[in-house]
Amino acid sequence: MSNSQMTPGIAAGRLSQDQLAQNFDDLHAPFAPHKAAVAADRCYFCYDAPCVTACPTDIDIPLFIRQIQTGTPEAAAKTILNQNILGGMCARVCPTETLCEQVCVREVSEGKPVEIGRLQRHATDTLMEAGIHPFSRAAPTGKTIAVVGAGPAGLSCAHRLAMHGHDVTLYDARPKPGGLNEFGIAAYKTTDDFAAREVDWLMQIGGITLNSGQALGRDLDLDSLQKDFDAVFLGVGLGGVNSLRAAGEERDGVSDAVSFIAELRQADDLSTLPVGRHVVVIGGGMTAVDAAVQSKLLGAEHVTIAYRRDRDAMSASRYEQDLAASHGVNIIFNAQPKEVHGNGAATEVEFEYTALVDGKLTGTGETFRVKADQVFKAIGQTLEDAPGAVKIEHGKIAVSGAGQTSLKGVWAGGDCATGGDDLTVTAVAEGRDAAEDIHTTLMG
Amino acid sequence: MADLTSTFVGIKSPNPFWLASAPPTDKEYNVRRAFEAGWGGVVWKTLGAEGPPVVNVNGPRYGAIYGADRRLLGLNNIELITDRPLQQNLREIKAVKRDYPDRAMVVSLMVPCEEEAWKAILPVVEETGADGIELNFGCPHGMSERGMGAAVGQVPEYIEMVARWCKQNTRMPVIVKLTPNITDIRKPAEAAKRGGADAVSLINTINSITSVNLDTMSPEPSIDGKGSHGGYCGPAVKPIALSMVSEIARHGETAGIPISGIGGVTTWRDAAEFMALGCGNVQVCTAVMTYGFKIVSEMVSGLSDWMDEKGHTSTADFIGSAVPNVTDWQYLNLNYVAKAKINQDSCISCGRCYAACEDTSHQAIAMSPDRTFSVIDAECVACNLCVDVCPVEDCITMEAMQPGETDPRTGKVVEKEYANWTTHPNNPGAVAAE
Repeated sequence: MSNSQMTPGIAAGRLSQDQLAQNFDDLHAPFAPHKAAVAADRCYFCYDAPCVTACPTDIDIPLFIRQIQTGTPEAAAKTILNQNILGGMCARVCPTETLCEQVCVREVSEGKPVEIGRLQRHATDTLMEAGIHPFSRAAPTGKTIAVVGAGPAGLSCAHRLAMHGHDVTLYDARPKPGGLNEFGIAAYKTTDDFAAREVDWLMQIGGITLNSGQALGRDLDLDSLQKDFDAVFLGVGLGGVNSLRAAGEERDGVSDAVSFIAELRQADDLSTLPVGRHVVVIGGGMTAVDAAVQSKLLGAEHVTIAYRRDRDAMSASRYEQDLAASHGVNIIFNAQPKEVHGNGAATEVEFEYTALVDGKLTGTGETFRVKADQVFKAIGQTLEDAPGAVKIEHGKIAVSGAGQTSLKGVWAGGDCATGGDDLTVTAVAEGRDAAEDIHTTLMG
Repeated sequence: MADLTSTFVGIKSPNPFWLASAPPTDKEYNVRRAFEAGWGGVVWKTLGAEGPPVVNVNGPRYGAIYGADRRLLGLNNIELITDRPLQQNLREIKAVKRDYPDRAMVVSLMVPCEEEAWKAILPVVEETGADGIELNFGCPHGMSERGMGAAVGQVPEYIEMVARWCKQNTRMPVIVKLTPNITDIRKPAEAAKRGGADAVSLINTINSITSVNLDTMSPEPSIDGKGSHGGYCGPAVKPIALSMVSEIARHGETAGIPISGIGGVTTWRDAAEFMALGCGNVQVCTAVMTYGFKIVSEMVSGLSDWMDEKGHTSTADFIGSAVPNVTDWQYLNLNYVAKAKINQDSCISCGRCYAACEDTSHQAIAMSPDRTFSVIDAECVACNLCVDVCPVEDCITMEAMQPGETDPRTGKVVEKEYANWTTHPNNPGAVAAE
């Protein structure tokens, strides 16, 4: 194959295998023990620490760092996993710069936080590499629970329920478990098939039966689940993608960023994955950044992210924006798509500049065009195939308390439910808390 | 620039920073490097009597205690005195002294507690042109099992006897190096003085086991699964050394005897503190074993700048300046009242002061929901723990209350007059205030 970054249109193999391997290597190399010790030494062991308050799963961060410092990373891992069974993945993908590390007193005072995320990874990697699963099941309760969706919320819920002695049947629409951990996160954040390894490790608890390829609304219905099980947890995520509402959206070369990311994550050989010479990503979240950076890493010559609002409104953190910029991605703010131009296949996207007028985003009338062989839509996902019986609010399953839906005996959590920040870590917290609530409800 | 020239028991050196008798001064190569780096003098590593030299272990000689970021805070060693032939050491001492006449060359000695042994070694040392001798009565490991080192230093009568033999048999000034492994440091210092010693140097190392290997159950440093106590030194021992130095400096029987300060001296500031407590100079070891000889440049510039800032033109200007301020607890002013004060601008809200005070002290720090920490004067006893645990220097300070103000903790008006325990009504042995 003799393609290069300059090859017109959408083409595979723009970079050599070596270059691709280097590009998709770990974003942050794991800490060697000495580096972990030095990083751990910086923690002040704050009282009622702000980092713990900022963590959606309330991990006792000063405690686990002290455990690393005293040479017991396995104990540190247990402290983490007690609160967050997907602590390994969260250590890789959490936007720590807007959570624990943002409020670290050393970030506030010196502009350099304790590297909590990397320390968490050090601890959880050490434990998982030793093949240890530090939890065991309580005596069987005889209760059965259906967990629909084997993403972060479902996995977290299933593990906690299994730990309490319940029998869990875990369903997922896709052929593999893991949800967005497996299909929806940039490859360089979770290398070496970590998502799958983490699920295997989690399943060691026992008491969880996985049924893959079973989708709610296609293969499963809520009524039957309610009849067959003592409780149901819905963690189905958001399967749909918002449309651009711009002319030419149907042209070849226009697709969903989430599909691109999933395809990339599942590719055995990245050199066979086609990518445009000119790529335009429309949107302002983590998905937009993940798609844009990975396009660049695959060998796209020019990659542009266009976002309709200003920088501050962008849901991708400043850290993520800088990551994109450092990879050569151009970010254009205050630009909304008007039309995808081309003759069959996309060749350009026409944008109109926007401004806030009386608090309302309005086109200014000034337009410009950006070359685009490939256009990725990353403007948010929507709930698909929600069971009709359950109450929906703002496009999501309405929940109150610890994930209780409008239906008795049905709980929900993760991206498909109201509340939360659409983060892996909040999904884990919601799954865990729903499990505790289910346990309390069933056991009276 | 201040004059750092030092004269200690008649021995001149361009600055008061000497290297202590230890591995850094075991041979010509090291000592030449030290002098090139700018050290004012050395105490050559302890020589033993003529004959087959001692042997050292062939495994680890050192063990360490670390602070954050593996900063070495304490070092222990089980090395013995020089394990090289006496004649070779003497040749090297002579050669180095010849090439560096302006530097202090003191030779540490340790021979059996017999007058003949001392009579034999003193002339050959004198022949090298060395400026003085230091009697190693402090080495706490190995040699002490053979009746030397700390075994002598722990018996004041032996100290007096050996010091006297040396004074009678050499023209060189005699410095007696004291072991801290005793109950009252004043006793061996008195003995040295009675024996006619020109000075004392302290502290030698402290009996120590740095750690235990929890897999092998061997103390560290471990030699084939066994460990022996070693001598502890480094920044961790400085407070012990300062206290012992001050005891000798302010004790009636020993006041005025020249002291060479040893024990965790790492920076110019440490050196200045030892000297303020009465030391004519200092000796350094662990700091150079950790960072190399170059640190003397910082010590020279730091001491010089500080002396300039304070208007001191020679080290004599401040040597002993802090001695009058070392007193017994019973004479501390009980009418002095202070309160902790937290500077909110520099506070980083870690809450360590709160945890320390709330859990282990006087519940005198309040924490607001937005993590503002403030002192409750009505509870604060000014213990200083919050200051000590705060990671930000000068964020928490102790502010003295002024006479006439009312202490909200006791409800009493702060008195202007000094009053101590000796006259306090709660003291059953109180004497009436004059």
